[in-house]
Amino acid sequence: MEAFTVHTGRAVPLRRSNVDTDQIIPAHWLKKVTRDGYEDGLFEAWRKDPSFVLNQEQYRGATVLVAGPDFGTGSSREHAAWALQNYGFKAVISSRFADIFRGNSLKNGLLTVVLPQDVVERLQTLVESGPATQVTVDLESRQVRAGSAAGEQLTADFDLDENARWRLLNGLDDISLTLQNESDIAAYEASRPAFKPRTIAA
Amino acid sequence: MGRTLAEKVWDDHVVRRAEGEPDLLFIDLHLLHEVTSPQAFDGLRLGGRKVRRLDLTIATEDHNTPTLDIDKPIADPVSRTQLETLRKNCAEFGVRLHPLGDVEQGVVHVVGPQLGLTQPGTTVVCGDSHTSTHGAFGALAFGIGTSQVEHVLATQTLPMARPKTMAITVEGELPEDVTAKDLILAVIAKIGTGGGQGYILEYRGSAIEKLSMESRMTICNMSIEAGARAGMIAPDETTFAYLRGRAHAPEGADWDDAVAYWRTLRTDDDAVFDAEVFLDAAELAPFVTWGTNPGQGAPLSESVPDPASYDDASQRLAAEKALEYMGLSAGQALRDIRVDTVFVGSCTNGRIEDLRSAASVLEGRKVADGVRMLVVPGSVRVALQAVEEGLDKVFTASGAEWRHAGCSMCLGMNPDQLAPGERSASTSNRNFEGRQGKGGRTHLVSPQVAAATAVLGHLASPADLSDADDRTPAGAR
Repeated sequence: MEAFTVHTGRAVPLRRSNVDTDQIIPAHWLKKVTRDGYEDGLFEAWRKDPSFVLNQEQYRGATVLVAGPDFGTGSSREHAAWALQNYGFKAVISSRFADIFRGNSLKNGLLTVVLPQDVVERLQTLVESGPATQVTVDLESRQVRAGSAAGEQLTADFDLDENARWRLLNGLDDISLTLQNESDIAAYEASRPAFKPRTIAA
Repeated sequence: MGRTLAEKVWDDHVVRRAEGEPDLLFIDLHLLHEVTSPQAFDGLRLGGRKVRRLDLTIATEDHNTPTLDIDKPIADPVSRTQLETLRKNCAEFGVRLHPLGDVEQGVVHVVGPQLGLTQPGTTVVCGDSHTSTHGAFGALAFGIGTSQVEHVLATQTLPMARPKTMAITVEGELPEDVTAKDLILAVIAKIGTGGGQGYILEYRGSAIEKLSMESRMTICNMSIEAGARAGMIAPDETTFAYLRGRAHAPEGADWDDAVAYWRTLRTDDDAVFDAEVFLDAAELAPFVTWGTNPGQGAPLSESVPDPASYDDASQRLAAEKALEYMGLSAGQALRDIRVDTVFVGSCTNGRIEDLRSAASVLEGRKVADGVRMLVVPGSVRVALQAVEEGLDKVFTASGAEWRHAGCSMCLGMNPDQLAPGERSASTSNRNFEGRQGKGGRTHLVSPQVAAATAVLGHLASPADLSDADDRTPAGAR
């Protein structure tokens, strides 16, 4: 996994709640068997509308998505995180994320930042009035900072549990970390009751 | 202090617990399908890793599979490649696979329980959010992403922070025309699509205890639509009776040991939930969705709500956008909404009880002119059982299409899709924009409501049908 420390880029406001993973990447894209090549599928249906925010010239090249509440609901498809990354997003900011989407994103180094809804809305307004605004997502200090040419400033601290932060900062591979405790797994396996189900004879 | 059901099952699976780290949980059963596994197997190959526990892993094909002409090559080359990739991966790594055409093939969440693999007190994962279905057995079951699929394949464990617990208590008697689907749609409308975020839900109370296993699975299945990590129901005699004699259920002394353990899997009287929600079963009614998320629902007797009636700005905006997408207007009676497609099936409502329920309404009646009705059993076993009971004949005699098992129109990855602007009454779980096909509009309903809607051509419950108006004497029981 790619490490995430500090990222600065322009942001795009997505003023919609309950953006489900079917909207982020529609099911027909899930037939692919790779982890890349999903950028054209990102928000595919909405992008057909020329006025959709991602189609607006001033947000071209933005790398931070500032989304409405309950982002990433529904399907567990990790393709949603891949599509956002393939398109160029490094971080998503929302007041609420669906659990599975959030977990998938963090496992891929796409930082999901939870901020209070009023702060998210202030940030959206800031970006709408100044699309060139640079937004910094700083995982080291757990802080989001935004400033526009007009000088408006927004600084907000965010929470992320220490273990997840450490994995992200160092770009650590979960499987290798778990296998460092292989003896614990083996000990647990040896203690499982005989009545537990098996799919095939061991 | 006592523990909840979820906490007991969690504690029994902790491989390693360390300060400042998520718990490392052992996984008893890992279900695989073609859509979320290819990149995980690629990861194993890249890392030079094997599947740690082939005896706790099983795969089937469901999302992409056609429901017609299954003996012919799959027309869509991309779908075909994905199924072939699963077959190659299972062969290479030694994973048990039930492919299209196999008698045990079907929707992954129907297959696990019917084989008896889903058991109380187990941890079950799958790269599919509706894994919550298996919680109906008192299993701790949750959907995972592809990175986690790879992690479980390689280690048979998952690092996870323990979610909070929420009790959803439903007391009393469900009215005669109210099903498990209506109950869970009402729960989601009450707590919202994010209401369960960070929680494991436990459904309890006298109304839940009276439900069959199929109904319990319908309820736990849609826990994810409330944003929950998992949903559970304490195992009881109904659970044990369902499991006894199934292919992978314990036998002999193992059965006795298992049941003795399973009986301990109840929330202690002095346990405390982090949140509690109460519903009165008697107040529930047939429920349908009008919007584009599963929380946007209302009793069938009501009308499409006015977005202006929402105090919360983001809910108001969501309702406005939903009505626009759905082509509905505020104040329109839900019963007046006409559909052109009815879908009965999916991991939510594709089990034998669901098919019986739909068939009992359809028997001797005809699907309305201009309405296409698809009945897609959840598995080959369900299909065979339905044929044995003559349900397939009831469906075809009424004008419905009787199809092969799979996920089908629930998510439209196969050819079963809505065309732009088409409207369905669907027993599936998601009414998201475009879920059943680009531009398609979905109303989530129970199998009974689906069948009554098919007959009348507009959203309806069986109570709206009279024997005089539609049922022919030949079909009367």
